[in-house]
Amino acid sequence: MSGPTRGHAAAGTAAPPEERFLAHHFPSMDAQLATSKLGIWLFLGSEVLFFSGLFVAYGVYRANHYALFHYAHHFLDWRMGALNTVVLVGSSVSAAWSVRCAQLGQRRGLRISLVLTLLLAGVFLVVKYFEYSHKLHNGIAWGAACKPSAEILASLPPAVQALPVPKDLGTFFSIYYLMTGLHGIHVLVGMGLYVWLIGRAGRGDFVPGYYVPVDSVALYWHLVDMIWIFLFPLLYLI
Amino acid sequence: MTSGENYLTHGSTLRSWLLTVDHKRIGIMYLALIAFSLFLGGIFAMVVRFHLWSPGGGLVSNDAYNKMFTLHGAVMIFLFVIPGIPSALGNFVVPLMVGAKDVAFPRVNLLSFWLFVGGAVLFVATLVVGGIDTGWTLYPPYSLESSRGLGILLALTGVFLAGFSSILTGVNFIATIHKMRAPGQGWFDLPLFLWALYATGIIQIFATPVLGITVALGFLERIFHLGIFMPEYGGDPVLFQHFFWFYSHPAVYIMILPAMGIVSEVVAVFSRKPIFGYKFIAMSSIAIALIGFLVWGHHMFVSGQSKWANVIFSFLTLLVAIPSAIKTFNWLATLYKGHIVLKTPMLFVLSFFAIFGVGGLTGLFLGALATDIPLHDTYFVVAHFHFVMVGAVMIAFLAGLFYWWPKMTGRMYDERLGTASAVLIFLGFNVTFIPQFLAGTRGMPRRYATYAEQFQGLNRLSTVGSVLLAAGLVVALWAFVKSLRSGARAPANPWGGATLEWATSSPPPHDNFAVAPRGASPYDYTGLRQESAEAGWVPVREEGAR
Repeated sequence: MSGPTRGHAAAGTAAPPEERFLAHHFPSMDAQLATSKLGIWLFLGSEVLFFSGLFVAYGVYRANHYALFHYAHHFLDWRMGALNTVVLVGSSVSAAWSVRCAQLGQRRGLRISLVLTLLLAGVFLVVKYFEYSHKLHNGIAWGAACKPSAEILASLPPAVQALPVPKDLGTFFSIYYLMTGLHGIHVLVGMGLYVWLIGRAGRGDFVPGYYVPVDSVALYWHLVDMIWIFLFPLLYLI
Repeated sequence: MTSGENYLTHGSTLRSWLLTVDHKRIGIMYLALIAFSLFLGGIFAMVVRFHLWSPGGGLVSNDAYNKMFTLHGAVMIFLFVIPGIPSALGNFVVPLMVGAKDVAFPRVNLLSFWLFVGGAVLFVATLVVGGIDTGWTLYPPYSLESSRGLGILLALTGVFLAGFSSILTGVNFIATIHKMRAPGQGWFDLPLFLWALYATGIIQIFATPVLGITVALGFLERIFHLGIFMPEYGGDPVLFQHFFWFYSHPAVYIMILPAMGIVSEVVAVFSRKPIFGYKFIAMSSIAIALIGFLVWGHHMFVSGQSKWANVIFSFLTLLVAIPSAIKTFNWLATLYKGHIVLKTPMLFVLSFFAIFGVGGLTGLFLGALATDIPLHDTYFVVAHFHFVMVGAVMIAFLAGLFYWWPKMTGRMYDERLGTASAVLIFLGFNVTFIPQFLAGTRGMPRRYATYAEQFQGLNRLSTVGSVLLAAGLVVALWAFVKSLRSGARAPANPWGGATLEWATSSPPPHDNFAVAPRGASPYDYTGLRQESAEAGWVPVREEGAR
C-alpha cells in the first residue's frame, strides 16, 4: 500500500508472470511483498524471544556457577565450533546470493545458491553430529547423567586436568544440549524449507516480480546463523 | 446487497468449514470452541463453588478439588480468556474494520486455529488421564516431580500449542493493521478496537514465545532431569517463576486490552457521540502493552527475590494505573451528555465500568508492597483477578458478541433476553466475588479444599452468586440460540456504527465488501440516520467520494 510502485508491475495488457502468485486479498504484488516481509520480521522477533529464555538461563547459571562453566567449556572443541561458524556464515552468504538471483531473474544462479545453502546446512549438522556422538560416547550427557570418561578427561589441557571434576558438570551440558539442540532443530527446519524452495525454483516459480518465499526463508536463515554466532563464543570460547 | 450470497452460504461442506481460509469462518469456529471452553471451565467452577458450600468441603475429595480448581484456571485462561476476544471476535472483525478481504496471512490463520484445536484436545486429554493438581501456574518443583505421569506433559504441550496459535494470530493482526488498511484510512482513522488488538499483538508476539520455551523446558526437565527448574537436579524453581510471569503477566493485558477495545467501540456507538480522547485511548493501549512487559515481578514479592527488585516492580506496576485510568475517564467523558441507548451491548459495557473500576483499584493494593504481603495468596487475590478476567474481560466479550452478533449471523437477538442476561450476570458476578474480597481481607487463603468455620457465610453467598452468574450465561446462550432459530433479519447497520464493518451487509459476502470501502472517521455519526428498526441506519445521502 505504501511506497512507490515499481516498474515491473506496470503496463502491458497480458498479465505479468508473477500475477499467478498474487493472493486474492492483496491489491498488488508490491502490497503482498511488503506484507509478507513485515510478517516474517514479526515472526523472527518472536523467535528471538523464544531463544531468549535459554540465553537468560545461560546467563543465570553462568553467574551462579562461574567456575563450573569455565571448567566445562574445555570439553568443547573450539575448532569444530569455528568450522561450523565458517560453514554457517558461508550458507548465509549463499542464502543472500539466492535472493539477489531471484530478484534479477537468474534462474541458474538461483538454483546453485539454493542447493549450496542446503549443502552447507547439511555440513553444519554433520559436524554437529560428530560433536554430539563423541561427547555422548564419552559420558558427557545432560544433568545427573553427565559422567565424563577417563579418556575424555585425559584429553583436557593439563592445567584443567589437575582440577577436580565438578559434581554438577551436567548443568552446563544441559544448557549446551538445549541451546545447540533447539538451534539444530531450526537448522533442520531451514533445510526442509530449502528443499521446498529448490523444488519451486526448478519449476521456475520465482521471477523478479515474485520472490517472497526466497526472501522470507533467507531472512529466517540469517536469524538461525545469527543465533549460532552468539552460541559459539558463549559455549565454546569463554 | 441484493443477492442472497454470503460467507455462510459460500460452500456448505464440512471441508469448506474445517479447511477454510476465510477469516470469518475461522472466527466462527474459534467462537464455537471458545464457547465450549467457557462451558467446560464453568462446570469446573461450579464444582469448586459447591464443594466450598461447607467448611469441610462437601462435594468431592480434596484431591479431586485440587484438580478441579487447576483445570478451571487452566481451561479458562488458556482456552477462553486469552484467545476469546482476539481469536473469535477479532478474527471476524479485524479485516472488516480495515476494509480488507481477509487477514494478511489466511493460511497462517487456519494453522493458528488448528494449533489451538490441538492445544484444547490436549487439555481434555489431561482430564482423561487423571488431571493435574498443580494450579494453573504449574510451579515446579511440585509440578515436575518425577512421580508425575502423562497429565503434566499433556498440559505443558497443550500450553505450547495454544501459545503458538496466539503468536500467529498476533502476527496476522499486526500485519493486517499495518498493510491492509483501506485507501484513505490513516492510523488515526482506525477503530480503537484495532489499536487495542495492535497492542495485544505486540504482547502476543514478544511475550508468548517465552512461555513456549518455558513449558518446553519444563517438559524436557520432567523427562530428562536437566537441572533447569528442579532443585534436586541443580535447577532453580524461581527461574521458572520469572519466565512464567514474564509471559503470564503481559498475558493479563492480552486479555484486558481487547476487552477495552470492545468497550471503546460500544460506548461511542451507544452514546451516539464521537469517542472522547481518541488518541489518548489509542496510545494508552500501546503504553499498557509496553509497561506490561516490565511488571512481572509483582507476582513474586514473596518468592525471595531481592527487595530492590520488589520496589522497582511495585513502582512499575503502579504506573500501569495511569494509562488504565486515562481510558476509564475518557469512556466516562464519552458518556457525558451522550444520547445513551441502553441496548444489551451497552448494558454489558456499563457493568464493565463498575466492575473494572473495582478490579483495577483493588489491583493497587496488590501492586503496593506493604499491602500485598498480607494479602498474598488470599481470596482477595482471587476476587481481584476474577473482577478483571471475568467481570471485565468476559463481560466485554459478551458485549462484543451481542454487538457483532447481527453482523456475524445476519440475525437480531431478543433484546429482552439480552437485557435479562446482562442484569443477571452483573448481579451474579458481584454476589459471587465481593464476598471473596471480604473473606480474603479476613485471611482466608486461596486454593484450599477446606476453610475455617467463620468463612462459611461468605462462601455460601459466593456460591449462590455463582448460580446466578451461571443462570445469566444460560440466558445469553438462550438468546443466541433463539436468534439463530427465529431471529429477525439484521440490517447492515443495526446500531448506527460508523466503523467499516457496518458498511457491508449482514452477514458479509465471502469477499467482505461488494464495493471496496474507503477509510472514514470511525466515530463520526453525523452521516447516518435511523431509517427504521428493521432497516437500521443508512447514510444520510450518497455524496460520492469523501
